[in-house]
Amino acid sequence: MDGVEQRDTEATAPSVIDRYYTRWFRADMKGKPCEDHCILQHSNRLCVITLAETHPILQDGRAIKNINYQISNCCSRLNNKVSGKSKRGGQFLTDFAPLCRITCTDETEYTIYSCIRGRLLEVNESILETPTLLLEKPSTEGYIAVILPKFEESKRITENLLSREEFETVVSKRIVAQSQPS
Amino acid sequence: MRKKDTNPLHLSHFISWCHDIERAAMLPLKDGDKPVVRKLLSSGCCARCVLRFCCISVQAAYRKPPQETLEELRAFIGNTENGKSQQSASDSHDAAGSEPPGEPPMKRAKLEPVEPGAAVGGDASAVVKVEEEESSVCVACLGILQELSGPTQAVKIAERVKEGEYEFDTLVLSVSLPAQLCVREHSCWLHVKKELREKSAALAKDDVIPVKEAFKWIMQGLVAKELGGVAVVIRSLFEVSVEFTHPETEADCHFLASTCASCFKPTKNKQSVFTRMAVVKALEKISDAVFLKHYAFPPPRPSSSCVPQDVKCLHTSIFIAGRYNKFCRSLPQTPWVIDGERRMESSVEELIAAPVLLSFRAAGFNFSSSGREDVDVRTLGNGRPFAMELLNPHRSKLSREEMKHLQETINKSSDKIRVRDLQIVSREAMGRMKEGEEAKTKSYTALVWTQKAIQSQDIAFIDGIKDLTLDQKTPLRVLHRRPLAVRQRVVHRMITRYLDPHHFHLELKTQAGTYIKEFVHGDFGRTKPNMSVLLKMDTDILELDVESVDVDWPPSIPE
Repeated sequence: MDGVEQRDTEATAPSVIDRYYTRWFRADMKGKPCEDHCILQHSNRLCVITLAETHPILQDGRAIKNINYQISNCCSRLNNKVSGKSKRGGQFLTDFAPLCRITCTDETEYTIYSCIRGRLLEVNESILETPTLLLEKPSTEGYIAVILPKFEESKRITENLLSREEFETVVSKRIVAQSQPS
Repeated sequence: MRKKDTNPLHLSHFISWCHDIERAAMLPLKDGDKPVVRKLLSSGCCARCVLRFCCISVQAAYRKPPQETLEELRAFIGNTENGKSQQSASDSHDAAGSEPPGEPPMKRAKLEPVEPGAAVGGDASAVVKVEEEESSVCVACLGILQELSGPTQAVKIAERVKEGEYEFDTLVLSVSLPAQLCVREHSCWLHVKKELREKSAALAKDDVIPVKEAFKWIMQGLVAKELGGVAVVIRSLFEVSVEFTHPETEADCHFLASTCASCFKPTKNKQSVFTRMAVVKALEKISDAVFLKHYAFPPPRPSSSCVPQDVKCLHTSIFIAGRYNKFCRSLPQTPWVIDGERRMESSVEELIAAPVLLSFRAAGFNFSSSGREDVDVRTLGNGRPFAMELLNPHRSKLSREEMKHLQETINKSSDKIRVRDLQIVSREAMGRMKEGEEAKTKSYTALVWTQKAIQSQDIAFIDGIKDLTLDQKTPLRVLHRRPLAVRQRVVHRMITRYLDPHHFHLELKTQAGTYIKEFVHGDFGRTKPNMSVLLKMDTDILELDVESVDVDWPPSIPE
């Protein structure tokens, strides 16, 4: 094989996410402070919904008691079935459609939202069996769901989302606000 | 008139006797055919169409100059056993010219041609009628069996074939006729049937010689002659297509849409619904009574003949196979175009196809291979089997040396790819290649990166893992165009080669259809197990090479 460019340090190799995905963010989802979501948009327009690192679930050493994909009496995201290349049958989601409800051991409850319009392809069932995945690897194995936007809308979905720089600005403003005594 | 040599021992006498026999045998018309011939000639059918409705299947009869045939037919209907020739000449329905007076009836039974412009007695009106009919377009064949078939047309067809500079041993002549011909044919047949029924004779539609067949009887030999005696056959790799249209009479079919609406479903591509097939089907269904209500006999005389379209030549596809190597990490297999814009320069298939298309002088190609690799993956070893269908090749045979030379040309044209075992294969051989895609194994080498620092003994255990079964969900990177599913794939064996604390080479032999990249980085945990799980740390794949595609096709060609 030919020579390898980055052989030395741990962090220099761009990860799978860096290579193929663009990170977008939604901060304070539905007005709730710090309930930030991170949307990984693949170059093929598929989106993976994950928790941003700033999300409360990932703070203060919380542990997860329960993850529930049953979001209403008649709707469970686990019943989502897609078939064929055009992914027929997948539940169509809007920005504020709930994906799941997470209850932590300290009784705090959080709803994770779709953040974009599109067809739900799958929800991550591994985190039902192994909730710690969500805490340890929120950006990879602990993902929440995969959504396929409509072809015509695929470029427009990012209009309501924050880029990484914009998100970092929002986060740094929070830190400043917190450090100032009210 | 020819002076007959009365000495039976002379060769010339013998030859003219043969001609007489031939002529008499060429037109096996019976007395019962007379009303048919009369009716059709007076309705505007040309001589050759009359022969068709009399079920004359002697091919040579159609090759005679139409004028000759016409005069023979006129002579035929003008002749009666009782010598009532003068009476028939004054019959207003009779389109035949009159015979020279004083000729005994027996001679006329031999159907000797009457020279045009020869002394014709009888009705002056009959003569005028003759001239009109001679210059008018046939109501049945719309001119196709008149001036549109003959030596002049054969020369035109042959010229087009020669222009293409095709390589061929035989050819098949195919002809496409306007759909409304079926309607006119049907009309003529119904009336001929009626005429015969009165004499208690029957005429099945199948007994009538189709226009297409008569055309081919006339043209095949002529075209063959123009092309130096090439065999014109029924099936061949090389097809010469002749098409006729007749816009003037296209509306002839339209009434069928109201009588048999189910036959004429509108198509997506906005082409006319009155296809030949649909018209034929509607004519099979329609009752005689309904047809006669809508379509008059004789069919209206057209003012012009059919229009011949450009002659089209088509050679059946040729198939080329081989194996290719890809040495470049920025070359897609097929052209990469998004929104009409090319995203990456060239492609494997274009680099291979360019010299091949030139050598075979083909119009286009379809490329397929036993599996595919990503843009950034190299294909080493013996390479990946591929096959190409060459469309409408003007050259179809290349010798071994010429194929070798073509292979060298491809290899010299770029250092990004290499081709071997280039050969001509049959169409069926394409199936052999695709079977390799699912069934056979493949070998790879991957460059793996580890998040945590490792030592060689940390990865040694991997070499001991045999036939590891993976559950691979459709990778996210292809999920937009593939169905969501879980596939089980087997990694038969692995060999590791330690490089440094964060890198090692991983050789794998896997079942066909295994996603290697996803096995290494895990694809968000959607491939289980994966290298991250096995090593209990984050891993990623930096480079991938295909080492072998274990398909033993195409046969290898020694260099």
